[in-house]
Amino acid sequence: MKFTGFLLLLMGWILVLTAIVLLPRQGSRAAFMLAGIAVELLGLVLVARTYLLESEVSQ
Amino acid sequence: MNFAPQPFSEAGTLLVCALVFMVPLAIAGLALLNTGLGRSRSAAQSMLGSLCILAVAAISYFAFGFAFEGYAGLPQHTVLIAGKPWGWLATGPFFMHGLPLDGSPASLAAMLQIFSVALAALIPWGSGADRLRLRAGCLSTVLFAGLVYPLFSHWAWGGGWLAQLGANYGLGRGFADAAGAGTLQVLGGLTALTIVWIAGPRYGKFQRGQQPAVFPGHHIVFVLLGSMLMLAGWIGLNGAGSLLFAGIAPTGIVLVAVNTVLCASGSVLTAFFVTHYRFGKPDASLSANGWVAGLAASSAICASVTPAAALLIGMMLGGAIPFLAETLELRCGIDDPTGGISMHAGGGLWGLFALGFMGRFGVPVLGQLLAQLAGIATLLGFVLPLAYATNWLLNKLVAFHSGGEGERAGMDMYELGAGAYPEFVIYADEFLPR
Repeated sequence: MKFTGFLLLLMGWILVLTAIVLLPRQGSRAAFMLAGIAVELLGLVLVARTYLLESEVSQ
Repeated sequence: MNFAPQPFSEAGTLLVCALVFMVPLAIAGLALLNTGLGRSRSAAQSMLGSLCILAVAAISYFAFGFAFEGYAGLPQHTVLIAGKPWGWLATGPFFMHGLPLDGSPASLAAMLQIFSVALAALIPWGSGADRLRLRAGCLSTVLFAGLVYPLFSHWAWGGGWLAQLGANYGLGRGFADAAGAGTLQVLGGLTALTIVWIAGPRYGKFQRGQQPAVFPGHHIVFVLLGSMLMLAGWIGLNGAGSLLFAGIAPTGIVLVAVNTVLCASGSVLTAFFVTHYRFGKPDASLSANGWVAGLAASSAICASVTPAAALLIGMMLGGAIPFLAETLELRCGIDDPTGGISMHAGGGLWGLFALGFMGRFGVPVLGQLLAQLAGIATLLGFVLPLAYATNWLLNKLVAFHSGGEGERAGMDMYELGAGAYPEFVIYADEFLPR
């Protein structure tokens, strides 16, 4: 779970970079960059949830 | 932001030096704030740790940090992606070899960052208060100041690919971060998050089925005095950073100082009123968090927004900081005694984002906003996993958490063998009736 979360963080960043390089129009570039950031936030939530679950187990 | 650095006049060099010499006040202020928000039985370890981390950060940055970071105009490794050069790492020699320390812009930037990298490295130390071992903090600082920080700051400040987004892809002026909201504050705040994740909470903080225990800071006067000292340090940091990394004229320092104060003021007052409204009385530590968050945000916006915009940015941030700190603790199970993650990472990220649509760069807003988003995405998507990976590996070598004994006895006794306040100890036999 935690690994998947960090993988999502990395994938979101790569999506942002890909949008910058491949999309010449600002509108489509903005849409894909926002999608990349959304993927990153998903990854961040997943890592945070995993941490919370691990903490609860250890209590 | 991409710009060609020009040599300063003698007066300009003196101005930058004077501003840089104010930065240690921010370090002292943050050390006081961290110590005040921790337990009294860990105060000496916290202050000694701050001193050691300052020293380790300065030496690590001198030894290999500057070599990896470089400065705009100095040689760098580049890769060609779709015909555009992406600078990703400087090619300078280690130990600042060959860098003339003569007042050139590159030497002034190196001098500023010997101090400022220590400021950023103190953020994780504060968040790991009351349980993080001293040697773990120092070793983590080596990785931070020698690897993670130089890599990102090369991209943003050293003429790397983030700075070149404007020239290469028409994204405004490229990623703009005048004085380190991203390179110092967010980087420090996200590293603090990884340290807290890896070290875990203090014992007894979270109990199953109960609200988190409250461990109040032991010296709120330290916290508030530290916050005031940080203002002086921050004016130096923002001023020197804006001259060296945003290319403003020396006369622009007036705007930088005014914006710094207004952003922090708007933030602290809003945090004050929000906590007053929510809890019935204002909360001193959350108000101090609001102040520092405003300072962190000001590092992004200080050179490029109007004073009214700086005040507005600070007020919006100050309203959010108490909720962010609460969410991290109650919903995410994050034990961050100093609130370093919310004030430095939260404040810095908000400053970078707000600069995208309120900054006066003379370019289309959408392009600049996208450049800022690219920087934010890099911090979250690359720097956070990198910081986690390096600290996770380090934790396998040197355990971060001191264990139950360290927390029971206090980090002072556990690591130093003596407390910060020996006269606070009350011996029962002295008070028995004779």
